[in-house]
Amino acid sequence: MENILELQDISHSYHGTDGETQALSHLSLSLKQGDFVSIVGPSGCGKSTLLSIISGLIPPEYGKVILHGSHIGYMLQKDHLLEWRNVYRNIILGLEIQHKITDGTRGNAHGLLEQYGLADFTNAKPSELSGGMRQRVALIRTLILEPDLLLLDEPFSALDYQTRLSVGDDIGQIIRKENKTAILVTHDLAEAISLADRVIVLTERPASVKTIVPISFPAEKNTPLLRRNTPEFNEYFHNIWKELHVDE
Amino acid sequence: MNNISQNQLLFLKKQRQHRRIVSFSRLFLFIAFLMTWELASFFGLIDSFIFSSPSQVLLCFWKMVLDKSIFLHIGVTLYETIISFVLVTIFSILFATILWFSRKLLEITEPFLVVLNSLPKSALAPLLIVWLGATPTTIIVAGMSVALFGSILNMTTSFQEVDPDKIKLIYTLRGTKLQALTKVVIPSSIPAIVSNMKVNIGLCLVGVIIGEFLAARNGLGYLIIYSSQVFKLDWLLMSIVILCVLAMGLYALINLVEKLYQKYF
Repeated sequence: MENILELQDISHSYHGTDGETQALSHLSLSLKQGDFVSIVGPSGCGKSTLLSIISGLIPPEYGKVILHGSHIGYMLQKDHLLEWRNVYRNIILGLEIQHKITDGTRGNAHGLLEQYGLADFTNAKPSELSGGMRQRVALIRTLILEPDLLLLDEPFSALDYQTRLSVGDDIGQIIRKENKTAILVTHDLAEAISLADRVIVLTERPASVKTIVPISFPAEKNTPLLRRNTPEFNEYFHNIWKELHVDE
Repeated sequence: MNNISQNQLLFLKKQRQHRRIVSFSRLFLFIAFLMTWELASFFGLIDSFIFSSPSQVLLCFWKMVLDKSIFLHIGVTLYETIISFVLVTIFSILFATILWFSRKLLEITEPFLVVLNSLPKSALAPLLIVWLGATPTTIIVAGMSVALFGSILNMTTSFQEVDPDKIKLIYTLRGTKLQALTKVVIPSSIPAIVSNMKVNIGLCLVGVIIGEFLAARNGLGYLIIYSSQVFKLDWLLMSIVILCVLAMGLYALINLVEKLYQKYF
């Protein structure tokens, strides 16, 4: 199958008046349609920079980003719902920006709200929603643009642990069901293993790929929450933990 | 209703009492002040020629209502204040927008704005008269000059303080900078814009009165200067009272706009 995304030898530095900081160094990776990849690495190693480069928000200094299918959906760390818009108008924000509001997309928006249990909150203000619901609204706002590739930048980090588990489960299953290709950046190893079918471990800054750990679970235990209760899960956890801390 | 506890009822009662005391005391203070003033003037404790009295002020107001001259003065001042207020609002949002688009322009112009803002604007009024003549335009410009620079600085600050991640969100949805402005920056600055308007309406009134002191043939500022020169202190005090009412009314108007906005958006 053709790669949906290819990063070839990406290097990138940030420039400040007090010097430059190299964030990424000779980083390469590729993704196929339907892949769910987690990226973990030491904090501040340039994970978010990587997503910004993939999404085209910042052009890389060196190297090449090759995308097949140009639609990228990007979920940021917080939901960033706009408080002055109701849930429905938050969801259609992207459509509005891309001038894609039609009867069809409007219907689609209501359909997604219905499907993900938010129909009763169509006209609610974001402040009336729980953290998990807000995250779901943010996901619908991204999914409604029908992205070929989803970028998730620690999308659950603002939630408390309890909500985080259930929202992670929830959103993980939604992404699987829609058969989306996704890259999840996180510092939470358990989250990375419970969601992805490949975990990419990055090195310290400047980041490059250290190892890629393929993840597989028996089919009957293949939801994010069930995965956490299997013996394989602990094994993966220990292996990746060791990879991350091998230099210490 | 029967699930309200005894303590809650007591609390509500205390609240009501508190509010009643506050309103009553306000009214009492106001009336006591007027009475003291009136009686002191009546019994000659203060010189009624210099200090006038509430009844004289009221009488004076009534006379001017009858000959309709007061409406001209109030109308002129109100008109000039509102025009300069509207222009200040439009210009400051416009400038803040331009400065938001160009970080460079912001850094270049900032020191000039700061200096112009800290300058005592009454110093500009004589200059404006020479340049623009003794016309309503001068007075409107004087009104604007007091509020404009501070307002631009305030608006610019609030535009710059918008959460950068919310702007990033617009870019991740492949929006343009203009869309970041219209979808995020302006809507999230509405509370700042409104509170800025509350300050500006008062400042515009100050500027208009300064302008009228120097270059007007009608308006409340003119009336104040004229009456002080001919020692008609009834007129002077009446003008000040009307200014109080005017300032209060304009402020209340913006409060109302804010309430309506919060209700419907």
